[in-house]
Amino acid sequence: MIQQAFFAYFAFVITILSLLIVTRKNPVHSVMWMLLLFFHIAGMYLFLNAEFMAAIQVIVYAGGILVLFLFAVLLVNIREELQIGKYIGAAPTSFTFAVGLFVVIVMSLRSFVAAPPGIYSIELIKQETHTKALGKLLYTEFLYPFEVASLILLVAIIGAIVLAKRRLKS
Amino acid sequence: MNFQLPDLAPMMPELVMTALALVVLLADLLIRKKEVIALISMAGVAFVALTLFYAPGGATFGTMYISDGYSTFFKVIFFINVILSVLISIKYIAVERVNYGEYYSLILFSTIGMMIMASAGDLIVLYLGLELMALSTYVLAGFIRHDIKSNEAALKYFLLGAFSSAFLLYGISLVYGLTGTTDIKAIASFISEKGLADNLSLLLSVAFLVVAFGFKIAAAPFHMWAPDVYEGAPTSITAFMSVGPKAAGFAVLGRVFMVAFASAKVDWAVILIPVAILTMAVGNIVALSQTNIKRMLAYSSIAHAGYALLGIITANNDGLASMMNYLMIYAFMNIGAFAVIIMLRSEGFKGDNISDYEGLAKTHPLAAMLMLIFMFSLTGIPPTAGFIGKLYIFMSAINAGYTWLVVIAVIFSAISAYFYLRIVMYMYMKEPKTDVSLTTSFSNGVALAVTTVAVLVIGVLPASLLELAKAAISGF
Repeated sequence: MIQQAFFAYFAFVITILSLLIVTRKNPVHSVMWMLLLFFHIAGMYLFLNAEFMAAIQVIVYAGGILVLFLFAVLLVNIREELQIGKYIGAAPTSFTFAVGLFVVIVMSLRSFVAAPPGIYSIELIKQETHTKALGKLLYTEFLYPFEVASLILLVAIIGAIVLAKRRLKS
Repeated sequence: MNFQLPDLAPMMPELVMTALALVVLLADLLIRKKEVIALISMAGVAFVALTLFYAPGGATFGTMYISDGYSTFFKVIFFINVILSVLISIKYIAVERVNYGEYYSLILFSTIGMMIMASAGDLIVLYLGLELMALSTYVLAGFIRHDIKSNEAALKYFLLGAFSSAFLLYGISLVYGLTGTTDIKAIASFISEKGLADNLSLLLSVAFLVVAFGFKIAAAPFHMWAPDVYEGAPTSITAFMSVGPKAAGFAVLGRVFMVAFASAKVDWAVILIPVAILTMAVGNIVALSQTNIKRMLAYSSIAHAGYALLGIITANNDGLASMMNYLMIYAFMNIGAFAVIIMLRSEGFKGDNISDYEGLAKTHPLAAMLMLIFMFSLTGIPPTAGFIGKLYIFMSAINAGYTWLVVIAVIFSAISAYFYLRIVMYMYMKEPKTDVSLTTSFSNGVALAVTTVAVLVIGVLPASLLELAKAAISGF
């Protein structure tokens, strides 16, 4: 019972916060709501017995990425939101599609049958500790995707330098 | 805890390619002449292609990496794509004043992503390969930083690409929740064991995957990004991404749907058929009203994705082989057309309007002749390769009982003749208005020669390529 209540709280607040982030006009407000969102996601991880993920969530996202966001907002120095005419005045259409998609998802998910759980039960993770279990998997079974991810990060760095650092030649 | 290094031999091509991309990245520091870097890249890719045939096949890293005939055939398409794109880039990026070494390493990284996708035996690896490919292409699309259209292309591609990734991840997480695994083969056996084929949430995840892959292959209604991105991106990159990411998208579409969702064939065919029809309709009809040739070829590439989808819809090895055959042919004829377009770009002249082609046959007969061949091939007129590609796709669809779908495809194909042959008409039957000077270079000439010969030879002797595709897929 108390588990459901916890989950309901986190799920509800995360949804509301996500909506707040995308609807605020002031980017600083968006970033602040995002900070709150990251803490709630970390809480969700804790609640799932994933303390390492929770710590990483706070350190990397709240500590690292969010600060970068704030710097970007600070440096861009947006006094006023750029007002441009909409290409398509399709708010009712997109709203209809969104509601339709939501209904379809809810209807289909009613037939969802969860697969039997894998070998990493809560007891096993408690015995092994979460960090160790995660690390072990990451460097054995999931070594290949882990290495591919490193390439993605490299491309991101190259891309940032190519797009931002090169002097403009006109 | 004992750790065993997995068998790295089957993935030699990817490893060598990664090393090559890193070498090219570093060589940029030392080598001032960027043409040398282009040469290193091409020689390197040729070497990687060699390792592709000497590396043993099979799965490694569990079954996360699969090297089989299917993946090998697609990798050959990627190598042809990357070599031809580099050939047409060398002069062009100098004209555009973006002659930087990172250009080549990003193209190589993007190709590594495609190779990983074609060989992915696991949905996580598939996703990461897709992101590696896409991320490099976003940067390449915005490579001309001083051109606002290029910026627009990169931004649109990035935002919509991120959006489609969200669909992909949602689809994957649903499949994982249903089956408890991300391994493509294990998903297939779990679905058929538990009789999940009719499960609505599985259908939902299939629909999400169609959205995500449909975005990569630019199928309607997920094609919105393509015209703007193809128009704004550097022309060489437009050529690159109209072939590579599309082929990679088809590679994963084929593997995931034919293997993982094999027992839900009926369900995904029902989703894919309207998508294919809509794709052919949107691509061919909207292309009629374009005035920019890059935009027109963007819609044409949407239409071609529609034809190739027929190969997947047939859901048998015959259809897949004709789809692979088609993508190989498309690589040659499309890059060939872009190699002509790229010649019209010169200092201070954009040359991407269809009206720029007026009277080209009088001023530059050879270029007009080559464009004529590629336009005929894209329309599907014999004796060019485009005809053969369409013929095999349509034949396999008829054999699978989709005669009505082929009738629709042929009608749209006839419509497409209007906008392809309009360019031919402009070149041959109008008087030149503007003074067009061509930017020729040796490397672009090589690319044109290779593509022209390929289009004509495959058009006259089509059997061997199809046999190759059929042999590649035999063990699928």
